[in-house]
Amino acid sequence: MTTRTVPTTPDLVRAALAGRRFNLVDSLLAGALLLSLLSSLLVLITLLADTVRTALPVFADRGMDFVTSSLSADPAKAGVLQGILGSLALTGFVLMIGFPLGVSAAIYLEEYATDNGFTRFITANVRNLAGVPSVVYGILGLALFVNLLGGLTNGRTVVSGGLTLTVLVLPIMIITTSEALRAVPGTVREASFGVGATKWETIRHHVLPIALPTILTGTVLTVARAFGESAPLLLAGALVTNFFQPSADASVVQLITDERYTALPLVVFNWARQPQEEFVQLTAAAVVVLLVLLLSVNATTILLRDRFEMKALR
Amino acid sequence: MTSRMPAQHLSETVDPQSSDSVDPDAGILVARDLTVHYGSFPAIKDVSMAVQPNQITALIGPSGCGKSTMLRCFNRMNDLIESAAVTGRLTYHGVDLYSPEVDPVQVRRHIGMVFQKPNPFPKSIYANIAFGAKIAGIKTGLDQLVEESLTKAALWEEVKDKLHESANALSGGQQQRLCIARAIATSPDVVLMDEPASALDPIATLRIEELMTELKREYTIIVVTHNMQQAARVSDRTAFFNVSVSDDGHRTGRLVEFDDTTTIFTNPREKSTEDYITGRFG
Repeated sequence: MTTRTVPTTPDLVRAALAGRRFNLVDSLLAGALLLSLLSSLLVLITLLADTVRTALPVFADRGMDFVTSSLSADPAKAGVLQGILGSLALTGFVLMIGFPLGVSAAIYLEEYATDNGFTRFITANVRNLAGVPSVVYGILGLALFVNLLGGLTNGRTVVSGGLTLTVLVLPIMIITTSEALRAVPGTVREASFGVGATKWETIRHHVLPIALPTILTGTVLTVARAFGESAPLLLAGALVTNFFQPSADASVVQLITDERYTALPLVVFNWARQPQEEFVQLTAAAVVVLLVLLLSVNATTILLRDRFEMKALR
Repeated sequence: MTSRMPAQHLSETVDPQSSDSVDPDAGILVARDLTVHYGSFPAIKDVSMAVQPNQITALIGPSGCGKSTMLRCFNRMNDLIESAAVTGRLTYHGVDLYSPEVDPVQVRRHIGMVFQKPNPFPKSIYANIAFGAKIAGIKTGLDQLVEESLTKAALWEEVKDKLHESANALSGGQQQRLCIARAIATSPDVVLMDEPASALDPIATLRIEELMTELKREYTIIVVTHNMQQAARVSDRTAFFNVSVSDDGHRTGRLVEFDDTTTIFTNPREKSTEDYITGRFG
């Protein structure tokens, strides 16, 4: 052991404490880390800037007309209305069926099911399903919802597409909800049981309100995923065409159950492979619409989450 | 403090845990040969004791001696642990708490609980107190109930102007008194307390102890504590649990001695009790 020298006079202490040495490794590392962050950001920004720049003439010339017009083979008239409606309808299905179903399944798994081999088997499978490529869900959608249950879904309708996307996001929904429920402290459950609450009262009044913000965050990601999917919809009956016009006098129910449908990602996909020069700009414009819609849907869910967060405090 | 039937019997018999030594009608809560298994290993074994009404009964003993497990038998909190199995007999006013027709949810409305760490719901002070009553179906007079419960828990003056603010904003000691108010808001008969002051500073601890003494006029209190001074200060009767470790490392708690607190602390019958309370182990 070396002898310990303790600086005692102010001068010695000052000398001992001074000397901020330049740490080369640290600085290099910080620089490298910053660079990796910037590179991913740079790609995103370039992509966005390029898309918006290409799309700008379309919005400058036609304004909202592009958003409210129907699909068409004539680039001067083509719009994305069916794509928007289709995507919103699909999102609606995911939210209305996938959300309650996924949350319920997670509540059962986390709060009610006894921890045995069977539930562990189910949990492991749900995790595996979350990693299955989405096109496989398209095949399932085609076989199950379009063909087997065609009597109920009326074949290649938005119902089939919505159900296919619902099945696709269900495992993710279950996993995120399970994790949110698991993060609720056990002391809260004990407190609730301690004053004579039943299991459901405990879940309803304490566990769910605390877990809800996290569940809704998971929902945002889930909806974003469903919104951007195209592969499963190709198989589950969405149209990739420039000619399809719902009958003018169709009611909302008929639009959903009787008519063919498409979605924004598929419009993008279809236009990107058109030979005409004008479709390059239209494609970019459709991407911008897709992104704006996606952000709006996310923002709505986040607002909803914040409202629940405030409410949970009361 | 003068009802000493079980104690008399206990001190006369050689085996303090023999079931014959406890008169089944001798208390508000009576355990006879109570054993709790977690999985296949007993956490407490053959505990027999009788809790008297309007007294504070303290459960003391070293870590792992099963005193919390014992406490959680009284309101069937152990039911929440899947692997827990309770055998033996535990009666409440002569009714077997573990008979099939008894609903644990109802048990907990009569036998309330305060936990080691203050665990208010992350809601308003008002909502914390009113919750138990609401789920019990009480819809009117909630304001009065909240005021009464908070007053009994010596918290009303401090929080009456912020009833609708979050309970999380209260100090630790206030939170624990809120939890006590929440427990008595369901008008229980018995209040179980699992080391209620162990997470609090000495002043907050003192207030909880004063409160317990105050509350025993209306309620029967069973308290688990690590703090022997606390047991000596507040309790009327004290049960000393000890732990034995089997060859394969499993710990099993047993009731060693149960008597008036003064007797336990001044003239214990068992050597291990004396060793524990004088700080020689534990």
